[in-house]
Amino acid sequence: MHGKALPYLLLMPATLFLCVFFLYPFALVAFEAFTRDGGFTLDNFRTMAGNWKFPVAFWNTTLLAAIVVPIQLVTALLMATVVSRLETGRGAALYIFAIPLGISDLAAGLIWLAIFDQSGFLNTLLSNLGLVDRPVMFLGYQSKLTIFIAVVLAEIWRATAIMMVILVAGMGLIPREYHEAAEVFGASPWKRFVKITLPLLRPSLQTAIILRVILAFEVFAVVAALGGTNLPVLMGETYNWQFSLQDRNVAAAFALLILAISVGLTLFFLRALRVPKEARI
Amino acid sequence: MAEIAIKQVAKRFGGFTALHSIDLTIADQEFMVLLGASGCGKTTLLRIVAGLETPSQGEVWIGGRRVDHLPPRDRGIAMVFQNYAVFPHLTVFENIAFGLRMKKLPQQEVERRVNRTAELMHIEQLLKRYSGQLSGGQRQRVAVARALAMEPDVILMDEPLSNLDALLRLEMRAELKGVLAASKTTTIYVTHDQVEAMSLADRIAVMHQGHIVQAASPVEVYRNPAARFVGSFIGNPPMNFIPATKTANGSWTVAGLTLPGPKSDKHKIDFAIRPEDVDAGNEGLHATVRVIEPLGPHTLVTCDVEGGLFRAILESNATIAVGDRLRLAPKADRIRWFDPETTNAL
Ligand SMILES: Nc1ncnc2c1ncn2[C@@H]1O[C@H](COP(=O)(O)OP(=O)(O)OP(=O)(O)O)[C@@H](O)[C@H]1O
Ligand SMILES: [Mg+2]
Repeated sequence: MHGKALPYLLLMPATLFLCVFFLYPFALVAFEAFTRDGGFTLDNFRTMAGNWKFPVAFWNTTLLAAIVVPIQLVTALLMATVVSRLETGRGAALYIFAIPLGISDLAAGLIWLAIFDQSGFLNTLLSNLGLVDRPVMFLGYQSKLTIFIAVVLAEIWRATAIMMVILVAGMGLIPREYHEAAEVFGASPWKRFVKITLPLLRPSLQTAIILRVILAFEVFAVVAALGGTNLPVLMGETYNWQFSLQDRNVAAAFALLILAISVGLTLFFLRALRVPKEARI
Repeated sequence: MAEIAIKQVAKRFGGFTALHSIDLTIADQEFMVLLGASGCGKTTLLRIVAGLETPSQGEVWIGGRRVDHLPPRDRGIAMVFQNYAVFPHLTVFENIAFGLRMKKLPQQEVERRVNRTAELMHIEQLLKRYSGQLSGGQRQRVAVARALAMEPDVILMDEPLSNLDALLRLEMRAELKGVLAASKTTTIYVTHDQVEAMSLADRIAVMHQGHIVQAASPVEVYRNPAARFVGSFIGNPPMNFIPATKTANGSWTVAGLTLPGPKSDKHKIDFAIRPEDVDAGNEGLHATVRVIEPLGPHTLVTCDVEGGLFRAILESNATIAVGDRLRLAPKADRIRWFDPETTNAL
């Protein structure tokens, strides 16, 4: 009983918890996605894919992720580098950068709505400066591009810090001596970043990117606040089918699709940023 | 031409002074060894020369150029780190090639230099491995090879052979000395192994608590220690010290023996002699044998002299036994005297 079994016994409660509150609901959703009126069918997926909003939602979500995540990655790397170099006040800087993390995505959406709204800060500012005669409709249904840009901005503002925090922790794990050796052997600051920091940061980059990509495909509240239904996204469509159209089976199909995308991308980044065992710090 | 001049360099870490106003000049192509006990500031001094640490005061000059404001990569140096700093994400080959790639040398030249230095360090069969697949001693040799491959004007080595077994260390030591002499490199070599220091150095700088106590040739450091610390730190077993009392001006009594010595207005000074510089005979220091350790051709005899420990290396002689009273005659030209207050040589 002691020895080999003990770790498994200790993991038991957590495993049970996962099974009851995750696997079981997951099985239920999967079951709903593949059935209709009691029989197995792929109709739900056909309905999902056949709806005119589906391709729009799919591309909007993908495009958002493809634009937001790289920008966030670069910004987070920049911020993490700066924060890691601070000799004093590192804690304070981390807290300040991390403030948006404490705000829910809906609240974040509302904050940016207050900026871009017809009677929002931006319009007030522009008219006070005399640049516009009357308020501009930034987020109207014809201005999809502005809505998209507003969502990108809100997402970057909201969720860059999570990547930064992970990267700061990762950079702290890289022993100083490697940077020093690179410095002595002629590497400029940029070369040190590319040849030493980035490769040794791979495990943290992996975590940060996977986490962020999954969150990007689940984008919902920010889009709902800023664009309503003018900018369909996958999660919004799931909500729509579940509550407005009252079709749990198609909603379940959407949920499964998002899950499949997340799992697929996770596997991709696990492989792409894998560090061979012998090359770890 | 790469003469190194360290001028009044001091380093403080908060309230702690790691280096007190160090002055040291290392001639072009000279092999300088920094020798001292753990924590005396060897690594700190080396890092200041490398540019990895900023001195709290003072100047560093390399090849007639003031460098203390320059980043490490502009100083024309290569370095072997005390903790190796072999990059874990690169193979041994790429580790050795790192600096060469930064210099944008052609691939052919990179390969030539990597292979040559790897061969020199006996790691040519490890070139494809990662740092995580190497032993400590192998990692250390990679670090040395990486520095040698740069063919720099100045090479800084922080205990580069500390992790090798005795035999390999002996071999590497000889190889290093040969290579560095042939390549006309100016070397600063940190060690706390005095045998290594003796065998490699053109000059040894003995460090103690952030000071350089003496910088001189190995023989000079051994024969004429500038301070009591040098005598007791160098030599195994170390120098013997016995208090001496003035009998007349320039004449001192040491353990029952009256000897001519320095003229001093002090009443007590320290007499010093190396263990191998005494002979057992009818005249000399009064000694009582405590421990006898045969070393083959010689015997290490530990005695009581004036209530203190005294070690003598004598011709092997089966007749000496524990408890014997001996007279140990010091060789006149090997006697040294030290001021007990300043601990400096008189
Ligand atoms: N970054 C630092 N902050 C504070 N004290 C330091 C720092 N680096 C070194 N010291 C102190 O300075 C002194 C000299 O350290 P240094 O590393 O130069 O010793 P060393 O002679 O190389 O010793 P060893 O033979 O053990 O490597 C030590 O007392 C050490 O505790
Ligand atoms: Mg050291």
